[in-house]
Amino acid sequence: MTYIIYIAMVLMALGLLMAFIRFIKGPTAGDRTVALDTLTTIGTASLVFLGFMFQRFIYVDVALVYGVLGFIGVIVIARYLEGAL
Amino acid sequence: MQTLSFSEKVQRFILNWFFMMLVWIMFTSTFATQEVVVGAIVTMFISMMSISMFTCCTLKILSPVRIFWMVYYLLVFIVALIKANLDVARRVLTPSLPINPGVVKFKTQLTTNYSKMVLANSITLTPGTLTVDVIDDTFYIHWIDVTTTDPEKAFTEIAESFEKILLKIF
Amino acid sequence: MSIMEIIGSVLILIGSIFLFLGGLGIYRMPDIYNRLQAGTKATTLGAMSLILGVGFLEPSWMLKSLIIIIFIAFSNPISSHALARANYKRKHFPLILSEDKKNMDAYREVIEQEDKEDKS
Repeated sequence: MTYIIYIAMVLMALGLLMAFIRFIKGPTAGDRTVALDTLTTIGTASLVFLGFMFQRFIYVDVALVYGVLGFIGVIVIARYLEGAL
Repeated sequence: MQTLSFSEKVQRFILNWFFMMLVWIMFTSTFATQEVVVGAIVTMFISMMSISMFTCCTLKILSPVRIFWMVYYLLVFIVALIKANLDVARRVLTPSLPINPGVVKFKTQLTTNYSKMVLANSITLTPGTLTVDVIDDTFYIHWIDVTTTDPEKAFTEIAESFEKILLKIF
Repeated sequence: MSIMEIIGSVLILIGSIFLFLGGLGIYRMPDIYNRLQAGTKATTLGAMSLILGVGFLEPSWMLKSLIIIIFIAFSNPISSHALARANYKRKHFPLILSEDKKNMDAYREVIEQEDKEDKS
């Protein structure tokens, strides 16, 4: 059980790292936004997972609000890039 | 926006209220009286305000035949989602990146906005395809491994299995 | 170790593997649209499976986990579609590897049509 938690944490951290490298490197604004979208989803999942690790139910609410706000943020950036805002 | 008769409005309101109440109960995760009463009042006002925006259909959507097809759609969709992920895993982990991307288009027979939205979202999550735009009844699809550019063949490969079921639901 | 714990642990493991693959896909793929493909699909199933696994390990959290799962399943394809269309309208055309460049890019004619209407 403990090993599974460690493996999952390492894998998620590597995924976040890869997406973050793309977020910094990404040649255009579009690439950065794509990376931001992925970062938001991985972040939501890892918040729920951290809530399980620390046994705090409130982290699940935080994850829900973070997911909603991240979704709205990505949509707003996409509309801005499209020129419709 | 189409005009609705009174009975249609009432049916849509009941459906909307039911789903919002379901989400509320899942959200609070309790059946305590004060929570349920507050939830009923709040969701009633919200669903009254959003009748013409969020609702898709009248109460006939809850008939057993349609619910059976919805469950079947969900199963088909989950199988497609798992296949899509194995496909992505294979492509990402192969050192030479076996991709042949392109954009194809096809036409669909679906008419209502909701069914088109469900189809577009399903296509995005199925193997190797991503909806770029929907204009009237034409779908523009980014395909990671194009095998054909002919619209009808592309339709058969990408969307036929979903559309058959959606036509029976909506 | 009960059966629920075994199911939950396996789901968490599968979910974290797919989240990692999503990040790797974002890093490796050559252009925006392929990155969206890899990123959206892998992180959607990854997050859904991981959150469901947590729900199995803590049964009293199950209902709220289901809300997050449903929300992710609806919102992720929508945001990827919005990003794809926005990038196309900014004229970042997709990378095309095969010889038949004209037929492989069916959306370009829509963009050119819009350009003509803007000028006239």
